[in-house]
Amino acid sequence: MSTPVLDVAGLAFAYPDGHQALFGVDLHVHAGERVALLGPNGAGKTTLVMHLNGILGPDAGTAAGSVAVSGLPVAKDHLREIRRRVGIVFQDPDDQLFMGTVRADVAFGPANLGLTGAALDRRVMEALEQVGMTEFVDRPPHHLSFGQRRRVAVATVLAMQPEILVLDEPSSNLDPASRRELADVLRSLDVTVLMVTHDLPYALELCPRAVVLSEGRVVADAPTIEVLTDEALMTRHRLELPWGFDPAAAVRLTTG
Amino acid sequence: MGADHGHTLHWHGHSPLHRAPAHLKVVGLVVFVLAVVATPNHWYAAFAGWLALLLGVIAVSGVPLRYLLPRMVAEVPFVVFAVLLPFIAQGERVEVLGLSVSASGLVAAFGLLAKGTIGVLASLTLAATTETTALLIGLQRLRVPAQLIQIMSFMVRYLDVVTSELGRMRVARESRGFRARDPRQWPVLARTLGALFIRTYERGERVHLAMLSRGYDGTIPEAALAAPARAHGSHGHAHHGAPQPGTSTQPHPGRAAREVAAR
Repeated sequence: MSTPVLDVAGLAFAYPDGHQALFGVDLHVHAGERVALLGPNGAGKTTLVMHLNGILGPDAGTAAGSVAVSGLPVAKDHLREIRRRVGIVFQDPDDQLFMGTVRADVAFGPANLGLTGAALDRRVMEALEQVGMTEFVDRPPHHLSFGQRRRVAVATVLAMQPEILVLDEPSSNLDPASRRELADVLRSLDVTVLMVTHDLPYALELCPRAVVLSEGRVVADAPTIEVLTDEALMTRHRLELPWGFDPAAAVRLTTG
Repeated sequence: MGADHGHTLHWHGHSPLHRAPAHLKVVGLVVFVLAVVATPNHWYAAFAGWLALLLGVIAVSGVPLRYLLPRMVAEVPFVVFAVLLPFIAQGERVEVLGLSVSASGLVAAFGLLAKGTIGVLASLTLAATTETTALLIGLQRLRVPAQLIQIMSFMVRYLDVVTSELGRMRVARESRGFRARDPRQWPVLARTLGALFIRTYERGERVHLAMLSRGYDGTIPEAALAAPARAHGSHGHAHHGAPQPGTSTQPHPGRAAREVAAR
């Protein structure tokens, strides 16, 4: 098999205060996959995500194991390239969008990579086109609706042409229409996706494969439908479907 | 209206003053204010001239005076001080409305009031005719240090976020029956401010993480701030996969070390 886009092997991590968040996580994500990362609060999902682009690592605590992105190990001497390859969209778009205009914000990443002039413009417009936000290019981010800001946040990362898009709770705080619009955007992207979420129907809708992280360990890695219909597994790891939601029926509905 | 155009001081319009480059307006304002401040207090006619000039500029800008005047409350502390001057200053006394006041204090008070009013009004005129982003670009052109511009642009960006956070905290407080009526309740307000400070600090950390994740190395690249190159028109055709020359993959030890230090 080809080199996985994301290759996490035996990753363990303890924060300086002694709290051990990860206990030997193994995770492979291959090109073109859309994988949901599920797990209760405090399972270590965020800690894992922070390792993927080297925000956390051996010098932020006690770590073991390794992370590689398309064969390139996450290490200090090529963090810049790692951060180009791994695009993280954070949960609160107000944390991600900090410049005066949408254009400047989307340009920030690629400009850090050294792009300038027309090439930079083109990159910005392409990224905004992918999320359907081109007409807002000169607006200040704080005048956009929450759903629009989330889409621009996705564009800021797409502009770096990442090999893997990591989304932290992409559907949180969105109204149903914005949630559906974002799903359309994510489905249309030709990029590998790792999606951290508590929104299990969203995971089922978008990600064929799901990985369950619980107490710092991967406890399940299977097709999303199998994970969601395994009641014993779900109960053991504090995962719950919304009331009245039947994953099997939902899948039947979409496959016709 | 204000919500659509940057900030609450801005008056949307298309006058020559609105269209003038921001850095020229800033220079104009500074020169004008310096001239006003340098005018001796007893040159009453000169002050009338300055005021007439300023009112002329405001007339050209099309910003109504009734929009500017209420926003001059910023001047109130100076007015209080100016009113006190004639009473506390020393020297020759004169009778005004049956009160004995200091003559030199009276002139000084007039000077303070006139200079303050003209200065505040001129600043408001700049604010009313200039978008925040244009102002920042103008300051950049005037070679104000990049760090200061960054701080200002962060302030502009997060002012709304922090204000609305404060608003939500107030609503949450009042929903539980709190009214800030007398000083005994000030500790609660102080705690609110403390909480807001912590939240803002934490947000700062999250913003920094998000910036690092997009390759931030301590300076905001100028290319990101620049206006778009007008010549393009070729966007839309996708070219994914093939890395572009700009996105070189060579390691950058200096940068990486700085990034780690920046954490």
